[in-house]
Amino acid sequence: MSNAQLEIQLIASLVAVACAIPGTFLVLRKMAMISDAISHSILPGLVVGFFITQDLNSPLLILLAALTGVITVILVERIQKTGLVKEDTAIGLVFPAMFSIGVIMIAKNANDIHLDVDAVLLGELAFAPFDRLTIGGTDIGPKSLWVIGIILLATVALLIAFFKELKVSTFDPGLSASLGFSPVVIHYGLMTMSSITTVGAFDAVGAILVVALMIAPAACAYLLTTDLKKMLGLAIFFGVFGAISGYWVAHWLDASIAGSIATMLGVVFFLVYLFAPSKGLIAVMYREKRQRIEVSLLTFLLHLKNHSEEEERHVNHLNEHINWQKVKSKTVLDLALKNNMILINNKIVSLTKKGDEFTSQAIDYIITNEDTQIEDMKKHFFLFRG
Amino acid sequence: MNLQDYFSLVFSDYTLRTITFGTAILGAVTGMLGSFAVLRKQSLLGDAISHAALPGIALAFLITGAKDTNTLLLGALVSGLVGTFWIRGIVTKTHLKSDTALGLILSLFFGFGMLLLTFIQKQPNANQAGLDKYLFGQAATLVESDVWLMAIVTGICLIVMLLFWKEFKLLLFDPDYTKTLGFNTKFIDILITTFIVLAIVLGLQTVGVVLMSAMLLAPAAAARQWTNSLGTMVFLAAIFGAFSGVFGTAISASQDNLSTGPVIVIVASVFVIFSFVFSPGRGLLFRQIRFIKNRRDLEFQKTLAFMYHIAETHEDISHPHTIKILNNFQGFTRKTLQKLADKNYVTLDGAMWSLTEEGFETAANLYNQNFKKHE
Repeated sequence: MSNAQLEIQLIASLVAVACAIPGTFLVLRKMAMISDAISHSILPGLVVGFFITQDLNSPLLILLAALTGVITVILVERIQKTGLVKEDTAIGLVFPAMFSIGVIMIAKNANDIHLDVDAVLLGELAFAPFDRLTIGGTDIGPKSLWVIGIILLATVALLIAFFKELKVSTFDPGLSASLGFSPVVIHYGLMTMSSITTVGAFDAVGAILVVALMIAPAACAYLLTTDLKKMLGLAIFFGVFGAISGYWVAHWLDASIAGSIATMLGVVFFLVYLFAPSKGLIAVMYREKRQRIEVSLLTFLLHLKNHSEEEERHVNHLNEHINWQKVKSKTVLDLALKNNMILINNKIVSLTKKGDEFTSQAIDYIITNEDTQIEDMKKHFFLFRG
Repeated sequence: MNLQDYFSLVFSDYTLRTITFGTAILGAVTGMLGSFAVLRKQSLLGDAISHAALPGIALAFLITGAKDTNTLLLGALVSGLVGTFWIRGIVTKTHLKSDTALGLILSLFFGFGMLLLTFIQKQPNANQAGLDKYLFGQAATLVESDVWLMAIVTGICLIVMLLFWKEFKLLLFDPDYTKTLGFNTKFIDILITTFIVLAIVLGLQTVGVVLMSAMLLAPAAAARQWTNSLGTMVFLAAIFGAFSGVFGTAISASQDNLSTGPVIVIVASVFVIFSFVFSPGRGLLFRQIRFIKNRRDLEFQKTLAFMYHIAETHEDISHPHTIKILNNFQGFTRKTLQKLADKNYVTLDGAMWSLTEEGFETAANLYNQNFKKHE
């Protein structure tokens, strides 16, 4: 592994961490699309900044562009407040307009400006190690490493300093306002930080990948935990994993690093989406199926309790009368038998003492509208779940 | 070339005519379908879908090796649909909210698309140039067959929309009611979504992945301000969209170095701003005017009521008082006083005012009326 390769991976990892932190809060606050809006609408700010400074890594340019990001957020909120359109429409109107202005500004000044729209969208991480920062003649590393490093330090410092406030205002804005932390200040603080991170990161990885790095790791983490600190930790882990594995995939395919980092994050998300315990697709579908069978079981037991006549309790009756398919009736019968809820005598089904007790309790809960209690009851009665 | 040249050339010059028709048709169809997206609160879906279409284009090229527009757009359609239904899967089956799902699919699919595009660029068979036009769109590459394709798709959209108008409308405003009426909501829903995806995919070549969402939203958001009827809104959105297309093309053709996509988006945004400010029913300008007028009326009534209370304490209701005592409360302005005098409710005499018989009556009834209104 050469020095340049190491530097690229270091930059990518730092960007991933710097993005994952605000990204977690954006996902939790249901403002993920704001990051997309910011990443597009910083373009005019960048162009103006570039006219003034002629340097993509200058602090002034980063501040100007970040300011455009914050202006976008304010503009979206203003439009939304007029009540003329919904919030998502406001976002969708503002950022393409800002981005178009940026593209036109670049196109009109194509001769004076070394800023390519493709580069803005995609960044070029592979070139990052060549733009070096020298102080007093000594080379102290790539510029973008310093830029993103400083932004990351600021983010971490702010996160530690305001962790409690961020947490409260994210989960309970009302409580945080009554405790005296202004949700507005926290909101704009977060927006400013996201803007600065986006600007600092986009030079290395491009506008779209910034969105991927902000949202995807946080979304994965969200499916795996309900603890904010763990979620932050997991998001950072997934981000760094995506960055480093993405780099090697790009190296192997000889393709865009930014694109392959996003692709790796996509693969990670897909796996988490499928296999996350309790919140993943498979877990959810399994739970839904179990609940369906258990509801059927309950219906069946209620039916038994209501009918003492033998013909209503005949096994075949299940298929005919309750209109269940053979497979389903068999599953339900087996489950009831396994749990000692019923006895089958000569193809006539009758409730056992336990089944009777279970059904009575269930009826009680249903008529008192406390259906949720049934779930706890199941734990108590069932030896086997559906 | 300036704007006048453009309009004189537009019917004779092949390229200009093709591009103008293309962007106009595109604007019309996206405006039409965008109305549904906006009203269904799926505004950002367009953004996600257009980004999600990119890997489809690249994959279609990798598989077929041909740069035929229709094949590429078919790929875009498939991957756009995959993205859309994955978003739906994420939202319905997991805890993630729709904004996260949109952002995820948008960035991940786009990233994958970019990976494929850069991968294709490094391939030895050099037939790949021009795929990146789908990023920002190049209206200049439109040929007549593309425009025909757009026109045919727009025609199909129109027919389907007219056939299912009642169902679309119902689903839009009351999905639960639609279900209880026995309509297959899932089918109608998929139908609308598929057409939205189709419209987006059609626009990729002209406006590009990044700006496509604005084509969908802006005409619809502008049209929404002028009407409360769905039919009118869809019609207006189509008109706005078509005009954005034509004006955008005209402006970009009359200047150097201006790509059509961004200009169309800017023109559409201008339509939106204009509608926000000047629409008579909902617009900000008229709303402000109504607001000021209401405040004036209120001040007028307040002054009159205040005078009434003073006059009540005197036997002669027309007993003159100084204007100064009106300063005790904030509703009074020189203008309202003049207005009262104009309506013959008070008579002014230097620094004194006195309530007339008519003014007294009106002030007494003012309360009754208000009282009745509150009941």
